[in-house]
Amino acid sequence: MIAPLVIFDLLLALTIVALAVAVLCLRDLFAMIVVFIIFGLVSALAWVRLSAPDVALAEAAIGTGVTGALLLKTLHHLRYVTGRLGQNAARGLTAMAPVPVAVLLANAAFCGLITLGLAVAFLGAPAAGPGFEGLVAQAMPQSGVEHSVTAVLLNFRAYDTLMEVVVLLAAVIAVWQIERGLSEAPAPVMGVVWQGFARLALPVIVVVGTYLLWVGAEAPGGAFQGGAMLAAVGLLLLLTRAYVPQPGHRGLARGAFVLGTAAFCAGGPSGGQRGPRGL
Amino acid sequence: MLEGFGAILIAMGAVFFVAGTVGLLRFPDIFCRLHALTKADGLGLALIALGVALLAGTAGAAFRVALVWFFVAIASATCSHLIARYARHGAGGVP
Repeated sequence: MIAPLVIFDLLLALTIVALAVAVLCLRDLFAMIVVFIIFGLVSALAWVRLSAPDVALAEAAIGTGVTGALLLKTLHHLRYVTGRLGQNAARGLTAMAPVPVAVLLANAAFCGLITLGLAVAFLGAPAAGPGFEGLVAQAMPQSGVEHSVTAVLLNFRAYDTLMEVVVLLAAVIAVWQIERGLSEAPAPVMGVVWQGFARLALPVIVVVGTYLLWVGAEAPGGAFQGGAMLAAVGLLLLLTRAYVPQPGHRGLARGAFVLGTAAFCAGGPSGGQRGPRGL
Repeated sequence: MLEGFGAILIAMGAVFFVAGTVGLLRFPDIFCRLHALTKADGLGLALIALGVALLAGTAGAAFRVALVWFFVAIASATCSHLIARYARHGAGGVP
């Protein structure tokens, strides 16, 4: 008799692999993004089964929610604004231009190298070793927070996390360099029901994001997940056209990003990490 | 007793989700599919949330489950409305 949860886990793993294959094989860009979002949600479920609710929250919020929204926005931009994809391509099927064989081969080689490296690392790792749990548990009183993941992320390896925040800042700067002009895309008319929903949901998302940040001190949650929720607020504001970026606001936004990073340098555990909010 | 009741509620909710999914796969056009999904999944979600709230134990956790239910319900209703609206009017449709 196999335990029912083992069967569930096997089904989950098979589903994840099947979804990954589906993402790669689909030709329709929109369907691809939708399947990618489903893939993220199912992998979040897998992280829950692996008893890693922190990673599950991050996967659901950042890897699925924010990334999915950004991908959809990019697709909308490509199809209807810049007109880079033709009318036929906008309906779905054909790629714009055939990809050169050399690029394909180089990509395949890189993917193979990464898979090989992962396999070597996985097979070379000690099977079910003790890990760092004992060390972390010993050092917990010094950290000032009660949740071990937050302690590791923001206290014991604060320099690494700080560097990640700086990388985010660099990414934002790069995005601003690329996207010099403001998008003139006409907002899709979405109707009163949507506006009412946005009006109801926006304040609640702000509260939930702040709650995630706050609860990170003693339970799963924390800066990255909370930051992703706040980024969702930004996306909703942009999508509903409740806020239209003005050229005059750019200085303010730049200041806010630098201030966020500086506050993280200064603040330690409760540092105001701004999340992947680069738009 | 309470655990058993919660499990029964969750199982009933799962049945409604399966029914909604069958409708999504079998029905001919987008409006019929939305009809199947919104009705069945709305009821299934309510049953599952009720079952989880019973299993949750503390009042605070039950309250959070109720909040999650409320927002998922109105979000899915809004999404269905947007899909139906897009199918009927297109992107720049009649307000």
